[in-house]
Order: sequence, then C-alpha cells, then structure tokens
Amino acid sequence: MSDATPRSIYLDYAATTPVDPRVVEVMLPFLTERFGNPNSLYALGRDAYRALEAARESFASSIGAANPAEVIFTGAGTEADNAAVLGIARAARARGKGDHIVVSSFEHHAILEPAHRLAKEGFEVTELKPREDGIVYAEDLAAVLRESTVLVSIMHANNELGTVMPIKELAAATHTVGAYFHTDAIQALGKVVWDAVDLDVDAASFSAHKLYGPKGVGVLYLKRGTPFEPLLIGGGQESKKRSATQNVGGATAFARALEIMDQERETENARLIALRDKVIDGVLKMPNTALNGGRDVPRLPGTANLVIKGVEGEAMLLQLDNKGIAVSTGSACSSGSLEPSHVLLSIGLAPEIAHGSLRVTVGRFTTEEDVDYLLEVLPPIIERLRAMSPVYAKMFGATA
Amino acid sequence: MLYSDKVMDHFNNPRNVGVIDDADGVGEVGNPVCGDVMKITIKVENDVITDLKFQTLGCGAAIATSSIVTEMAKGMTIQDAVAVTKKQVAEELGGLPPAKMHCSVLATDGLKVAVDDYLKKNGREPIAGKILSEDPNFDPHGEEEEAPAAVTTAAAADACHLHE
Repeated sequence: MSDATPRSIYLDYAATTPVDPRVVEVMLPFLTERFGNPNSLYALGRDAYRALEAARESFASSIGAANPAEVIFTGAGTEADNAAVLGIARAARARGKGDHIVVSSFEHHAILEPAHRLAKEGFEVTELKPREDGIVYAEDLAAVLRESTVLVSIMHANNELGTVMPIKELAAATHTVGAYFHTDAIQALGKVVWDAVDLDVDAASFSAHKLYGPKGVGVLYLKRGTPFEPLLIGGGQESKKRSATQNVGGATAFARALEIMDQERETENARLIALRDKVIDGVLKMPNTALNGGRDVPRLPGTANLVIKGVEGEAMLLQLDNKGIAVSTGSACSSGSLEPSHVLLSIGLAPEIAHGSLRVTVGRFTTEEDVDYLLEVLPPIIERLRAMSPVYAKMFGATA
Repeated sequence: MLYSDKVMDHFNNPRNVGVIDDADGVGEVGNPVCGDVMKITIKVENDVITDLKFQTLGCGAAIATSSIVTEMAKGMTIQDAVAVTKKQVAEELGGLPPAKMHCSVLATDGLKVAVDDYLKKNGREPIAGKILSEDPNFDPHGEEEEAPAAVTTAAAADACHLHE
C-alpha cells in the first residue's frame, strides 16, 4: 500500500480523540517533577494529594456533583461501567433489595458484559430495546420495571448512533420502584450540559479520551448513599471505592479537558452541528442511502451514522483509508465476530443493511475542507463498490 | 489487523471483475445477511476453465480472495479448480488474518458451485463435493478436508447464524 496518502483526515472522534495541547501542558509536570504518590506523608506526596483533590473538586463542580467525594477516578470508562453495574447490583442484592436489573439492548459492551455476568450470578436481566428512532423512552422503561428491580443502566448518548436519551425521565421512572439509576455518559459528557443533581442519577461513567484528554483515565460518579461494592480492592484509595495509586496527572488532565469543553461548548457545538449536517446531507444525496436513528431526535453534535445500501462497511473503510480518511463502520467484517453492530440491529435494521453502515464523527480539529474532501471522494468509492456488488444489482436494478 | 501488500493490491485493483453473460457455469455463494456474497461466472472448453469473472459484496479479504481465485483458476481443468483449498488461496495472497480465513472459503466455494453448475447444465455428475460454507456447523478456522465428500445440496444455511 502506498505511503504517499494525500492528506490525513480523522473523522472518528467517537472512537478516540487527540489530547488537546492545553491538557498535555497541565499533565506533563506530574510525569516528571510532581510525581509523588498522593498517599505519601512527605512534601512531594502532599503536593500530589493537593493536586488530586483540586482535580476532583474541579471535576465535581463541572458535573454538578453535590460533594467532591462522589467523584471517583478510575483507569478507564470501561472500568467505571464495570464497577457501577457489578458494584451497585451486588451490593443492593446483598441488602435484600431485589435481584432484577434493566439495561438497554444497545449499551456498550462495557455494560452488557457485566450484565451478562450478573445473569450468571442469578440476577434477572431485562434488555430493553430502544425504538427505531434510536431513543429509549421512559414509558418503555416503566413497563419493564418491577419491585425487585435494583439497578437500571441506560446510556446517556449512544456511541454509534449519536442519539441522546431522556436521562432525567428515565432516572425518575427508575426511582418510582426504589431502584438505582446509572448512566454510561461517556459519549455525552462535555457535549451536553451535565448536572448530576438536576438529572438525579445515582451513578454515571465518564472517560477522558473521548473529550481530548488522555487514555487510561475515567471517572465513576457515585451519589452518596448508593449501595456499592468496589471492583478494585487493596490499599483503600478513593475512599475505599477504587484501590490503586491514583493517576494524578491523568485526573488533572481530565478535569482540565472537561473545563475546556464546558467553556467552548456553545460555539463548538454549533460549528460541529453544521459540519455533521453537511456530511449527512451530502451522503443522503447519493441514491439508496439513509440516516440511522431519527433525524429530529436529540443528537450529539458531531455524530452521523449512515447506511449505504449494497456495499460492505470494511471495504468502504479501506478505500477511504487509501485516501487518508479515518471513519468507522458497523459491519461484521470489521468487528472480529461475524455479527454486525448490535446497536444497529437493536433499532430494527436488517443485518444486510447494518453491514453497509458508516459512522462519521467530526470533532475539535475537523475543518470544512475535511468534510468537503470526504464528500468528494466517497461517491466514486461507493459507485465502484456497487458496480462490483452482485447484491446491489439485484436490490436496485442498476449501479449508482 | 493487517492485510498483506498482495491482499491490498487485489483489493485496490481487483482482477476479472464483472459478469460473463453467456457463462457456462454460475456460482453464487454467501448471504447478504452475513455481509458476504460472491458471484462467479466461468467459461469452460474441453473441461478447462478459459475465463472467469466475479462480483463480490464483502470486506477487503472477500474481494481480494475472489480476485485471486479467478487468477488461479484461469487455465485450470475443472478437476483442479474444485481442489483449490482456502489454504492455497490464503498462501497466494501472502497470508490472511485468522479471522478472515472464512472469506477465502467463500471464494473456493464459489468456484466449486460454478463448476458443478457447468456440469449439471451438461447433464453430468457434480464433482465438487461438500460446499463448506453451506454447512451451519462449518468452522472457517478449522482444517479443510482433502477429498470431496458427499454430493452438494443447495441448502441456504450458512456459517453466520443470523437467520435461524
């Protein structure tokens, strides 16, 4: 493959983001000079401790937590998801509160896998389907809640579709049966206004590398009084809720990254929405394409998930990669298993359609030229793949 | 997951794309539900394959294996063509990631179905043996049988379990 790719255009911000230079700046000193263990008694340790608590307070303030102790730093968003699902459900059951949990069927695997483990431990697990518009509705949740429900976990924004759930209503419905509500807000944080008290959630998961922070840093928000058994046990750090020497640089970076998101959100969201809609409109101009999830439902500003009928996702990905463009797909071939995206299947897409899906996510460093270039190179790629497809001719008669 | 240079070459510049209108044999395998469909058309003279064309819906490996199989089979007797294994296809391409080996099965199966179709059209017995990708229990990562076993069926079941 040629190394002389014309440009490098990254359009997969939902997968991960580069660390913003302003975040790198605050993080570096903790790798070199201010490297102390925050649990140590001497000056270097006390300095690290103060920095850690400053990061915690800043983060807590950004998310509207009533108390900084409700912010627990973890090593990943997945870890926060695992800790929340396993930790809250097990503790609640141990207190005799019940053994039924509800998750949505299009949760990230970091929620679904722990839920499956709980099923093996004897919990009853309901996987609630979203509607075709990609939204989980409170009335649908209410219909599956029981007196024995202890935990409901529904993501704030879906990572593949970009649709945004009515978290406040979902939490309220959950509380009517005395259960706890957790949300995987990994994709949503920074992009939507997030206030823990206003939303009235009992727990939430966040991840730094989705908002121009480093990988290997997450946060579990755990409201005071929520039953919880820690996932990581050992030295008792983070008020015994997550043992391990804390990543002070990472925590500082995350707090700063979130601060920047909050400061720039209004103008940045408007800019992203315009770029996203340009992508959507440009793709929909091509024949036999569609947007996944409703057009008019609440959505993240930068995510567009589209179906291109009659072609396969990985083939599109590779062709775009040849042109220096990085995007994502819900096709099975790219997933390692033979199954297409469970998210697309859960909103009722037929598997053969799901295989032809493309997710484009724009972000802080995306320019209009990037989007224009994508829209310039994509149609010939689609035409070429459709001309090669025995299925497209059958489906639609002629090539695009 | 890294594709070899040769796989990328065949993906970017696939050989023999298209449809032979007056084909002597047609093989269609795979299923859009699984995201992999291949259609191969062949011309045969005196039991030697003189031309092949393919169309494929599928990933990089699916397209590359289809392309290389048409190159490999041109000039082969039909007996040699049905004996081509997925291992040989993968080797011709400089290797395939393990998760993609099932794509090379689709390519060899397409060729087998095309050859048997040619034989059937001429009132002769099929020789290709079991079409591996039609067996729901088929393990694409397992070893291939050397000798063709039972006669093929036109069963719709295949390996991806999405259409029970």
